[in-house]
Amino acid sequence: MIEGVTLYEILTLTSIIFFVGVYGFVTRKNLLAMLVSVELMLNAMALNFVAINKYLYPEVLDGAVFSIFIIAVAAAETALALAIIINLYRLIRSVKVKDLETMKY
Amino acid sequence: MERLFFYFFGIMMVIFAVMAVSSRNMMRTIIYLLFVMLGMAGIYFLLHFNFLAAVQLSVYAGGVIVLYINSVMLINRIGSPMERPKLWKQLLTGMLSVLGLGAALFAVYQYPFKQANTVVETTTAQLGKQLLSYGEHGFILPFELISMFLLAALVGAIAIAKSGKTVKK
Repeated sequence: MIEGVTLYEILTLTSIIFFVGVYGFVTRKNLLAMLVSVELMLNAMALNFVAINKYLYPEVLDGAVFSIFIIAVAAAETALALAIIINLYRLIRSVKVKDLETMKY
Repeated sequence: MERLFFYFFGIMMVIFAVMAVSSRNMMRTIIYLLFVMLGMAGIYFLLHFNFLAAVQLSVYAGGVIVLYINSVMLINRIGSPMERPKLWKQLLTGMLSVLGLGAALFAVYQYPFKQANTVVETTTAQLGKQLLSYGEHGFILPFELISMFLLAALVGAIAIAKSGKTVKK
């Protein structure tokens, strides 16, 4: 645990970052910028797992292991999403959400 | 001292996160995201999870950010700014986000967490042993699953990227 910092402060910080990510995900119209917001949310939640593990159950390491899995899944997700976005750009010359209709039907 | 560092990283992360979701230049958005990742790694260091901090630095600050920068260079004309969302949409979304944040914080502060006041040092060796054990609190099955998953993601990314169809408009 961090000297002089309670669990509530860490959870406040991660909640703020998560909702900043939600705000960005809703307001952005560019696929890449939306993906950046998703990264913000994922990172905040991974930090949550680690903080709760360290403060409440310091003798087991399950939260840290979960955090490693989250990081691995997030990296794979980013690589796949960027591959899809680049391919879409080659097809329709745009990364705006409103131009995407090819996967609709 | 550690409290000071925590607040430094926290304020830095919040400021850069807000800038990342509101900047209109795609390249700057990615660089602000990089600073959020660095602050996150700093907090992992403060929590004495050195291995996680190193993973955060190498996977996110090293790998993911480079991927993002590469794809921005491939698909976006760097000079052109993104269009600004409508004001009513910004206000409505901001209000809803603050409302959601309030609800989440209310739930967090209501719950009486029983903090364990023992300081236990965790080493990377312990983490590795737990990842590979198949007894109580062992994670061998998800570990193997995640390696298969990463392989599948790699093959999938290659399969998506090499299909060379173009639509004539």
